Amino acid sequence: MNKGAALSSGIDTGEEILSVRNISLSFGGVKALTDISFDLLKGEVRAIIGPNGAGKSSMLNVINGFYHPQQGEVWYCGSKRKSLKPHQIAYQGIARTFQNIALFKGMSTLDNIMTGRFTHMRSNIVSQAFWRGPAEREEIANREKVEDIIEFLEIQAIRKTPVGRLPYGLQKRVELGRALAAEPVLLLLDEPMAGMNIEEKEDMSRFILDVQQEFGTTIALIEHDMGVVMDISDRVVVLDYGKKIGDGTPDEVRNNQAVIDAYLGVPHE
Amino acid sequence: MSPEFLYTLEVILNGLMAGVMYSLVALGFVLIFKASGIFNYAQGVMALFAAMTLVGIQNGQVPFSHLINAVFGTHIHGFGWTLPAFVAILLTLLVMILFAYLVERFVLKHLVNQDPIILFMATIGLAYFMEGFGDLMWGSEIKVLDVGVPQGASFWLEDFTAGWAAEGSEYYGMYIDKLDLVATVVAIALVVSLTLFSQYTKTGRALRAVADDHQAALSVGISLRKIWVIVWAIAGFVAMVAGIMWGAKSGVQFSLSLIALKALPVLILGGFTSIPGAIVGGLIIGVGEKLFEYSIGPMIGGATENWFAYVLALVFLVFRPQGLFGEKIIERV
Repeated sequence: MNKGAALSSGIDTGEEILSVRNISLSFGGVKALTDISFDLLKGEVRAIIGPNGAGKSSMLNVINGFYHPQQGEVWYCGSKRKSLKPHQIAYQGIARTFQNIALFKGMSTLDNIMTGRFTHMRSNIVSQAFWRGPAEREEIANREKVEDIIEFLEIQAIRKTPVGRLPYGLQKRVELGRALAAEPVLLLLDEPMAGMNIEEKEDMSRFILDVQQEFGTTIALIEHDMGVVMDISDRVVVLDYGKKIGDGTPDEVRNNQAVIDAYLGVPHE
Repeated sequence: MSPEFLYTLEVILNGLMAGVMYSLVALGFVLIFKASGIFNYAQGVMALFAAMTLVGIQNGQVPFSHLINAVFGTHIHGFGWTLPAFVAILLTLLVMILFAYLVERFVLKHLVNQDPIILFMATIGLAYFMEGFGDLMWGSEIKVLDVGVPQGASFWLEDFTAGWAAEGSEYYGMYIDKLDLVATVVAIALVVSLTLFSQYTKTGRALRAVADDHQAALSVGISLRKIWVIVWAIAGFVAMVAGIMWGAKSGVQFSLSLIALKALPVLILGGFTSIPGAIVGGLIIGVGEKLFEYSIGPMIGGATENWFAYVLALVFLVFRPQGLFGEKIIERV
């Protein structure tokens, strides 16, 4: 059963919910992350920015357990997290989306989002095989939650459509829906607006802020569109070549010389 | 109706039923291939092993009795009981679930993220191991499997159709084996329940999710290892059903494991990832080979059933390599 709500119940809005401390990660000889530390406060939108190859996605992969750093610690809900598998981390209330949409292409929108409820469903395989009784009741209860999410994201029209057939922007939205279905404490979004037009970006920004305000979800997002980042995030952390070069409010980061250099490029001595 | 027409009809019906049997075997392949990308060479041996275990349990055979007797100089052979068929089937199912768990624990777990060819080789090893292990456990003699499935001609159908032909012709009714009829009903029930399970339950959705995207499945909390155990257990269950039907038809013996080879052309026709494909593919091959043998066979010396399916598969490979229902192969440049 999803333990996210129980784990985070003692933490008030504005207190630290997750922090990474001195994380170093390398693949063979390639250093992806070097001594990175930052924190996420409950209820904030925290952007992770940086040029391509800066280690942003690697950072999310460490938080959700796809990568295990050689050094450093992840603290979650007030205690040091053991080394866990990604599916175990999902049970702790961390959900995510992917840079290159990772939907279940053969399944309908409804089924994709239903799969997001996995950690909230506890019936065993035998009762599912017989269907009547507990498994059926659980299915109906979770289906109602999924319908709420579909309504929230305004995707009623594509409920039964196999997601492989949907246009890119809608696929991104369904993927957000699947992550939201887990009722996450912490939501990780890897470039939720990549490849979208302005209108789609505005919609997505609105959904992200709605999620933050309505559900109190903490959100960490990677995004390249600086306008969007400055608009919707409370704090920003900047990575470059696997190192942290800036951390603060959007305004602070915007005026940070190291950040400006990283983005505009300066000749290396 | 002319007798020729009725004979042809009978051939088609028999073909459909043979096809159902092929589909049963192919289904096991598709389940595992979809969920883990592994072509499970051991599927046929699993059917043999399940059938052997079923016979052994039902007749109260002591497992490894040869080995035990050889080592300890004892003379034990049987527990001296005969279990009801459904108890034996349930116990066999438990053995197949245990087998699925052991395969995951000792083989698949150590081969995560390896190339498909390596996983394929592993299943070849598994097939030979199981074959030897099954012999050691239950003995290698040919066994009779009797779980109460009716056999022989369906006289009712014969009587019912006897009068269909035109007056005066020598037609005595359709011959269809009752076992084939039962197999068809069982196969249909199996496929319908598997489909319902995968459409409308949490675990079913998880199975489809893993088939589509491993990373995304992990991110929503699905444990791949658990799913693999479930998939292999379901494939084991399907293998058991196939083993019962084929075993009842032709006895439980080594050649039972070769039905896996008959499933290969079915998979090429139907596509490796499609359950409807496995069924339709099986039916096409069943009907195709029976019709071909009936109509063309006598002209070219018969025994066409040995090769027809493979040649048909070859034709498909040339003109439609993704199969009837497989996902279209698109190569990006």
